[in-house]
Amino acid sequence: MKKRYIISFGLFIVLLAGLFLWNVGVGSVEMSFSDFLGLFAKNTDNPTLYQIVWKIRLPRIVAAILLGGALSVSGFLLQSFFQNPIAGPYVLGISSGAKLVVALTMIFLLEKGIMISSFGMVAAAFVGSLLAMGFVLLISFRVSRMSLLVVCGIMIGYICSAITDFCVTFASDSNIVNLHNWSMGSFSGMTWDNIRIMTVLVGVTVVVTFFLAKPIGAYQMGESYARNLGVNVKALRIGLILLSSLLSACVTAFAGPISFVGIAVPHLVKLATGTAKPIVLIPGCFLCGAVVTLFCDGIARTVFAPTELSISSVTAVFLVPVVIAAMLRKQKL
Amino acid sequence: MMSEKQIRQETSENDGFENKNSGLWTQNLTVGYDRIPLIRDVELHVHPGEILTLIGPNGSGKSTILKTITKQLSKIAGTIYVEGTPADKLKDSEISKQLSMVMTERLRTELMTGREVVASGRYPYTGKLGILSEEDWKKVDEAIELVNAKEVAEQDFRRISDGQRQRLMLARAICQDTQILVLDEPTSYLDMGFKLDILANIRRLAREKNIAIIMSLHELDLVSKISDTVACVKGDKIDRIGTPEEIFTGDYIQKLYGVDEMSFDPVTGQVFLHVEKKAPEVFVIGGGGSGIAVYQKLQRKQIPFAAGILQENDVEFAAARALGSEVVSEKAFSSIGMDKVEKAKQLIDSCHSCICAVDEFGPQNEACLNLKEYAQEKGKLMYSV
Repeated sequence: MKKRYIISFGLFIVLLAGLFLWNVGVGSVEMSFSDFLGLFAKNTDNPTLYQIVWKIRLPRIVAAILLGGALSVSGFLLQSFFQNPIAGPYVLGISSGAKLVVALTMIFLLEKGIMISSFGMVAAAFVGSLLAMGFVLLISFRVSRMSLLVVCGIMIGYICSAITDFCVTFASDSNIVNLHNWSMGSFSGMTWDNIRIMTVLVGVTVVVTFFLAKPIGAYQMGESYARNLGVNVKALRIGLILLSSLLSACVTAFAGPISFVGIAVPHLVKLATGTAKPIVLIPGCFLCGAVVTLFCDGIARTVFAPTELSISSVTAVFLVPVVIAAMLRKQKL
Repeated sequence: MMSEKQIRQETSENDGFENKNSGLWTQNLTVGYDRIPLIRDVELHVHPGEILTLIGPNGSGKSTILKTITKQLSKIAGTIYVEGTPADKLKDSEISKQLSMVMTERLRTELMTGREVVASGRYPYTGKLGILSEEDWKKVDEAIELVNAKEVAEQDFRRISDGQRQRLMLARAICQDTQILVLDEPTSYLDMGFKLDILANIRRLAREKNIAIIMSLHELDLVSKISDTVACVKGDKIDRIGTPEEIFTGDYIQKLYGVDEMSFDPVTGQVFLHVEKKAPEVFVIGGGGSGIAVYQKLQRKQIPFAAGILQENDVEFAAARALGSEVVSEKAFSSIGMDKVEKAKQLIDSCHSCICAVDEFGPQNEACLNLKEYAQEKGKLMYSV
């Protein structure tokens, strides 16, 4: 194993640990250093704070880690699939497709007085992701220039968002306020129940993806060479679509659409590790995605506390420069 | 459909010479795009240790045949036998251990060194996670060594020159450790040095590792030097198949490529640009190859010329015939007759000048010395164009 990989992974882990502690410690409710230490000592002389950390902050942190990782792995899969450095679940309209179907399902069920389970949300989001992905695929057969594909993806995203906004505006139920928050993208309001489902889904999907690292590596070099090396290209393509859709569906169902993490993180990891090998990139993207998302979520909820920013505004500010730099670098070669 | 047993019996009867259990063999193969047949009844057999080269004009379907053999295109009819087994009955993962390829399509890489690209050839032999063993890396380095690409092995593949890249692609195919190698125009975009080097490597590979190689090539002068068998693709079929000696005779090649008879000399492999035959303005006294440079220079300046007196087996005869408006020639191995000398003198009279490209004269070209003196007398002799 190369030294550079170890250093990069070590860096990600250290950053993740630091951000974890920071996110536990800061928020709308102030916490002193001794309170902070007290949390670890099971010192319950400040039960409110204990509750805040345990019931609100920790689930939110875990969600940011899992979903940020999932989003980045999904971005890496899409970039490999479309052989396009600016592909990602958000720009291709997949997140927005998921958002639309989730919103429609929620509104429909709320009208009937049924609360949707988190599992139902994921299922609806998965259907939406696949629908949007299907559209993108149809277009990808017709356009040869990859930049056009991204433009089409963004258009699909706009249409889906427009329809979602339309439905949200005219929906009658007061619960829709939640829906509005969610449709902007946010990690607030996570429960441990959510976390359990998300851990299983994201965990299984990422592990399966990791074991596809070998054929993905061959596929990156071009379809015909991959086939000659014995890769079942058709099956792999379907696998990539399903896995990336499932991952971004999971994110959208729980946290709404989150922009730019999926595109930018794979580039950051390539920059850090100096390789594009899937066997390094898949775990690397998961870790780095968790770091980036946790950082952005921390910013989102602390900068103008108690008002919260939408997570996508923060990710856009920090990650758009990364995407632009990656595109410029690509141009040079 | 013959059973495998029957095939084997037939093979033993053929004393192993037509051994259909080894190498690559296509039977009644029809290839094309989108189910529309382009070339029918392709019957090729590549034996281990031998090279079969496909030639034919652009768009004739050489690549289509190779892409069908490597399963990038689905065949329309017929059977491809890989080491005696129909390819349909083999899984992709099994074929990957028996057939490797270097195609014209660029290998896409990101942040990969040349050595890592070569290492991707070991894919069929690695485990679930695709991690190479010591043994695998040894084979990778051996392959790189074999194609002399050691100096660029650690550079980013995207920054390596075309020639070195092609060497690495060959190394990649070599370390895939297969009995059959398919190469689509392995020398395109390469300069002469790399061309010769790659082809020498391919030739050596076939002989030393006993690999069956099928490839397409555009350089006709190199085809006859490297191939054991040449197959010519024309129209909707393999028009002719045979040894280079059988193919490169008469005017067949000129017909295959649809060029006029004068443009190609099958004996030397020289090609000539088409020239309009006008009344000669310059007479060139040539012989033994000394005139070729002069002919080419005159042709570049678009000055019509006549040449003589050449025996028909002279090395420059084909060039003179292709480029000159008129050639005074004598039969091979014959001494030059007086009638030819008279004819040449008449031509010198009709030209405004005469160039003598020959420096040395002996009993064989006494007539040329005679012509030179004649031209000097007339005040038409020049020493350069």
